[in-house]
Amino acid sequence: MKTTSRILVAVAALSLATLFVAPMWRVDLQAPQYPEGLGLRIWINQIRGATPNGLNSINGLNHYIGMKAIEPDQIPELRFMPYVVIGLMLGGLLVAGLGKRGLLYAYLGVFFVIAMAGLYDFWRWEYDYGHNLDPTAAIRITGMSYQPPLIGGKQLLNFHATSWPDVGGWAAIVAVSLVVVAALIEWRASRAASRSLPAVAATNGLVGGIRA
Amino acid sequence: MSTRHRIRLTGTLVACAVAATLVAASCSRSSSTQTAGGTADAAQKVYVPPGQYDEFYAFVSGGFSGNMPVYALPSGRLLRDIPVFSQYPEKGWGYSEQTKPMLMTSYGFIPWDDAHHPELSQTDGIPDGRWVFVNANNTPRIARISLKTFDTEEIIEIPNSAGNHSSPFVTQNTEYTVAGTRFSVPIPQADISISEYKNRFAGSLSFIKVDSATGRMAIAFQILMPGFDYDLSHSGKGPSHGWSFFTSYNSEGAHTLLEKNASQRDKDFIAAINWKQAEQCVADGKAVVTPSRYYHNVMGENQVATSEVLTSTKVLTPATCPGMVYYLPTPKSPHGVDVNPSGEFIAAGGKLASVIPVHSFAKMMKAIEGKSFEGEVSGIPVLKYDEIISCEVKEPGLGPLHTEFDDKGNGYTSMFLSSEVVKWRVSDCTVLDRLPTYYSLGHIMIPGGDSRKPWGKYLLAMNKITKDRYLPTGPELNQAAQLIDISGDKMQMLLDFPTIGEPHYAQGIPASVIKDNQVRTYPLADNKDPFGSKSEKEANVVRKGNRVDISMTAIRSHFVPDNIEGIQVGDSVYFHITNLEQDWDVPHGFAVTGAHNSELLIMPGQTRTIAWVPERIGVFPFYCTDFCSALHQEMQGYIRVSPKGGAPAIAFNAPK
Repeated sequence: MKTTSRILVAVAALSLATLFVAPMWRVDLQAPQYPEGLGLRIWINQIRGATPNGLNSINGLNHYIGMKAIEPDQIPELRFMPYVVIGLMLGGLLVAGLGKRGLLYAYLGVFFVIAMAGLYDFWRWEYDYGHNLDPTAAIRITGMSYQPPLIGGKQLLNFHATSWPDVGGWAAIVAVSLVVVAALIEWRASRAASRSLPAVAATNGLVGGIRA
Repeated sequence: MSTRHRIRLTGTLVACAVAATLVAASCSRSSSTQTAGGTADAAQKVYVPPGQYDEFYAFVSGGFSGNMPVYALPSGRLLRDIPVFSQYPEKGWGYSEQTKPMLMTSYGFIPWDDAHHPELSQTDGIPDGRWVFVNANNTPRIARISLKTFDTEEIIEIPNSAGNHSSPFVTQNTEYTVAGTRFSVPIPQADISISEYKNRFAGSLSFIKVDSATGRMAIAFQILMPGFDYDLSHSGKGPSHGWSFFTSYNSEGAHTLLEKNASQRDKDFIAAINWKQAEQCVADGKAVVTPSRYYHNVMGENQVATSEVLTSTKVLTPATCPGMVYYLPTPKSPHGVDVNPSGEFIAAGGKLASVIPVHSFAKMMKAIEGKSFEGEVSGIPVLKYDEIISCEVKEPGLGPLHTEFDDKGNGYTSMFLSSEVVKWRVSDCTVLDRLPTYYSLGHIMIPGGDSRKPWGKYLLAMNKITKDRYLPTGPELNQAAQLIDISGDKMQMLLDFPTIGEPHYAQGIPASVIKDNQVRTYPLADNKDPFGSKSEKEANVVRKGNRVDISMTAIRSHFVPDNIEGIQVGDSVYFHITNLEQDWDVPHGFAVTGAHNSELLIMPGQTRTIAWVPERIGVFPFYCTDFCSALHQEMQGYIRVSPKGGAPAIAFNAPK
C-alpha cells in the first residue's frame, strides 16, 4: 500500500474515536409548545435527551400514543457497540500498519457491512417504537404510525420530527469515505502495477513493499 | 431659621391655594409642556413586540396585598405576583404544609401583612440580581426572595420593633439589611400607660447580617433609640459606606393626634448610624444580650420550610457606644432619605418642608471631627444644620417624599401634594424640569436609582390616588403607575398602568442580569420531601391512627393512585402530591371537594401537601386544577369516605 493510503486508513480509524465524545445521531422534535427544543441524542453507548430531562419528556408524550418508553438500559446494542467501534479502530490501525492491500479491501467490506447493519438496526428500533403501540392508548388514529424518519424530516401529529447524523455520525461517514478513497488509490495503483511492475516498485520503494 | 422655614412653607401653601382657586393649574410653577402622554412617539417607546423581552424587571411592592408583583418595563407587563407575607390560595402559599411555617411568628400564624419596600441585594453598591428583600410593616419582618426561583426563601421576624417601615435597605455589599421601628413602643414590651410615651417608649434600629453565600439572615445587633418614629432609610456607599441613615419624625414625642402633635417642630432628624463603629462595640462586648422571642423561617433546599425560634438579641445604646449615632437636623417630618450614586449627598423628603435639604457627607464628617454640635438629644450629638448642608432645592413643589437618582448627576423627587416629579441637579440644587403625575405621587423608581449605578432611562411613578385614570370599577380602584422617559433633558410621560395593592417603592434591574439564572424545574432526584414519591412505584397510602398519608404522583395526565378507599369521616388526610414532570412550565394542581384550605400548585419535581378532614361519607373527586395537557380534564380521581369505625381496609391502585 502507498503511504498516502496507509495514512488515510489510520486517520479514518482514529477519527472513529469521535464516537466516544459526541453523539452518533440526532432526532429532533419541533412543536410550538417546545420553543426550547425537544429531541434525542443517540450515542454508541447511550440515549440522552437533547435537553436535560428531554428523554423523560419524550417518553411522557409518547405514552399518549401508546409508544413504549425508550429505556436505554433495555437496548443491548448500546452495551456492545463501543466494542464494535474499538474493533473497527484497531482493525484500521492494523491495516495501516501492515500495509497489505488485501486486508484493506477486507476492512472496507467489514466496515461497510457494520455501517449498514447499524442503520438497519436503527430503522428496526424506530419501526418497533413507531408501530408496536399499546392498543388502549388515549390517542389512536387508524393507519397512523409514529416511526421517525431514518434520515430527513416527517410530520408526526403536532411534531415535526427530523433525523440526521450528529457529530460522531459525521465522523464515521468521513472515516468510511477515507477508507473508500484509500481503497480506490490502491485499486488504481494495483492496476497500474499490473501494467508496469517495475515503475510501481520504484515509486513504492521500501515503504509500500513489492507486492501485486 | 425655624421661623423662616415656617413662613416659607405657609407662603407656598397660601400661594397654591390661591392659584388653585384662580385657575385649574397645579402649584408647580412649571415650564413643562408635557401633556398627559399618549403620543405615537411614546407608544413606540413602550412597544415590546409579541415574543420579545422587556429591558427591565421591576419588583414592585404589593403594599397591603402582602405580595410582590413583578412587572416588565417599558411595556408594563405583569410577569408574576410573588407570594410573600400573605396567604395566597392560587399558589397554595401558606396553605400547603410545606409553606405554612413561612408565615409563623411569635404571634402565631399570621396570614397577612403590609409589604413595603423591595430592595435588591447589591455588590459594590450595584444591584447584583441575587435576591430581593422586602419588609412587613405590621408584624415586623423581612423576607428574602430568590431571583433564581422568584420564590420567598426566608422570613425573619424583627423583635423589639413595631411598624417595620424603615426597612429593608441594604448596605453596599449586602453586609446588612436594616429594620427600624416606625412606631416607638415600650422596649421590652410592658403594661404601662400610653401617657408615659416620652419617658418609657423607645425605637430600635436593627442590623440584620446577610450571609454572602446563602443570603441567610441573622439579627446582628439592635440599637435602642429615643422614642421617635423612624420612617425610612438608605445606607451609604462609596465614601459613606459604613454609615446608614434613618429619617425620623415625631421628635415631639406625641402619642396622640400625631398629624398635629408630631408636626410642631420645624426640624426633625436624620439619624446617621456608623455601623462599623457599632460592629466594633459589639466586638468589644458593649452589647447587652437581651431576651426576646422571634421566628426565623427558611424554605429548605428540599422545598420544605422550617421555623426556628430564637430567644435573644444583642442590644447597643448610643450611650454605651459613643461615635455610633449622630442626629442631622432636617426639615420637617422627613420621610425618604436617599443617598446619591457617588455616596456624597444625602437628600431628605420633608413631607411638610418647603425645601429639599441635601446634606453633604464630607461636611458631616468634618462637623463630627470638629465636634460642631448644636446640642444633644438623649445623649446623641446633634450636628449644626448650616455646617452639614450642601444645598437646598428651593420651591421644589409641595410634599416632597422620595428621591431617586439618574447617572447624569440629577435627582428626581416625588411631590405628593403637588402630584409631580421634580428633576433637580444634585451639585447645586437647581430645579431642571417637572412633570405632573396622576394622582398624589408616592414612591418613584429608577432602575438602580438608589445604588451606585443608576440605569437612568425610565422612571416609574407610583401614585396613591387613581380616580378617573382608567375605566371605573366601582368604589375601589387599583393604584395607578406611570412610566416616564428620563433619558432626555425633559421628562416624557410614556405609559399608564394599574398596579396591585398599594406599591410602596420598587426596584428595577436590567433583565440581562437575572433572566438567564432562572430555575426551570426542581430535580426530582433531589426531592427529599419525607412524603415525596420519585416514581409511581413509590406511591403509597399509609394509615397511622386517624392520620392517613397519601403519597401521590402527578404526571400528564394522571394521578397515582387515583382510587383510594378506607378513609373514615374525621380522619386527618394528608395528600402529598409529587409532580413527576421535569419539563419547564408544567405545574400540576390539586383540589379535593370540601377542603377548608386552598388548592395546591406543584412545580415540576416538587412535593406539596394539603390537609383534608372529610366531614361526610361519600365518594369525592379530586382533580388537577392547572390545564396541563390535552387530557387535563381526565386528570382526576376518587377518594371514598366511610363512616367512622366502619371503613374497609386502606386500598389504592398503584403499580407495585
